[in-house]
Amino acid sequence: MARTVEKRGEVLDQTSELHVLAVDDSHLDRKVIERLLKISACKVTAVESGRRALQYLGFDGEKSSAGFNGLKVNLIMTDYSMPGMSGYELLKKIKGSSTLKEIPVVIMSSENILTRIDRCLEEGAEEFLVKPVKLSDVKRLKSVILKGDGEENGDMRTQKRKVRDDSSSLSPSPPWPLSSSSSSFACDFSPNQMKSPSSLSMQSPLKRPKLRNIF
Amino acid sequence: MDVVSQLQKQFVDYSTSLYREGFLDDQFVQLQKLQDESNPDFVVEVVSLFFEDSEKLINNLASALQQQIVDYKQVDAHVHQFKGSSSSIGAQRVKNACVAFRAHCDGRNLEGCMRCLQQVKFEYSLVKSKLETLFKLEQQILAAGGSIPVLA
Repeated sequence: MARTVEKRGEVLDQTSELHVLAVDDSHLDRKVIERLLKISACKVTAVESGRRALQYLGFDGEKSSAGFNGLKVNLIMTDYSMPGMSGYELLKKIKGSSTLKEIPVVIMSSENILTRIDRCLEEGAEEFLVKPVKLSDVKRLKSVILKGDGEENGDMRTQKRKVRDDSSSLSPSPPWPLSSSSSSFACDFSPNQMKSPSSLSMQSPLKRPKLRNIF
Repeated sequence: MDVVSQLQKQFVDYSTSLYREGFLDDQFVQLQKLQDESNPDFVVEVVSLFFEDSEKLINNLASALQQQIVDYKQVDAHVHQFKGSSSSIGAQRVKNACVAFRAHCDGRNLEGCMRCLQQVKFEYSLVKSKLETLFKLEQQILAAGGSIPVLA
């Protein structure tokens, strides 16, 4: 498998530092995600709203301007529920922009709602992460992004949906499908084992529900 | 046992009880992983943010529920935020109390909401004092020249 990826003229390989734009209205969550990303050797820019995110990306109202305010962004991680522009609306704006649509967008949400997940994936989200986001999520994401699967075929989509089947009774926990040739990848699939029984009963046991294969 | 070992044992026993009694969940463990020599106060900083947020949210909730005409959407929005921040630091019992609270918002049940607010306040003050105790123990260990045990 190729070890380097061309992304909009920039070559990213396994040693590159990703620049992540994190969008969340919660100061606390921004602090945590920033730390998660920095510890995972990513550059981070954290903003508090979709509007600010678009400003940072150089998106000006209806048209996209050519320039960026800062460093090229390799990944956008956005909260779903935000006042004003939601993460979903931000996703749509980005995927609807000729200059920005190549940037992978990950949605984070505290709510594990199937229709919400479907909607985001259909709109072009790379992943849907259930909060709170962990180090293992970020490590996995980084590996996925550096492999440049954003433009790949529908197979990847299906595999993404199978991910995080922590306690799914539908299948034994699958080996992580994208890790076949990753050397730096260390995915920790133990989130639910770590949770105490009482928390499991209050939360949906599935972090990423097993969705039907539509591809 | 010397002073440091005694304190370390106290710390381990206390931490373990917090997890066992459901005050803290795995997310608190995850936060510890984000702390290192370059960010030695990360957990305390995040928890302080949580305390600030919580106090604001509790005030907002109290005043929202006192309105002549209660705006349940607004109440729900505050609880949703509270649920999010408590979940982000691993304050499990507070989070669970928020989940119950949202059900009453959905039902537009004022009495239920008032009771839930009391419950959330109660759980919050409990976890706050427990975390403060935990941090004090950490400081005592460090002051005595020891290192803080890492729970597996």
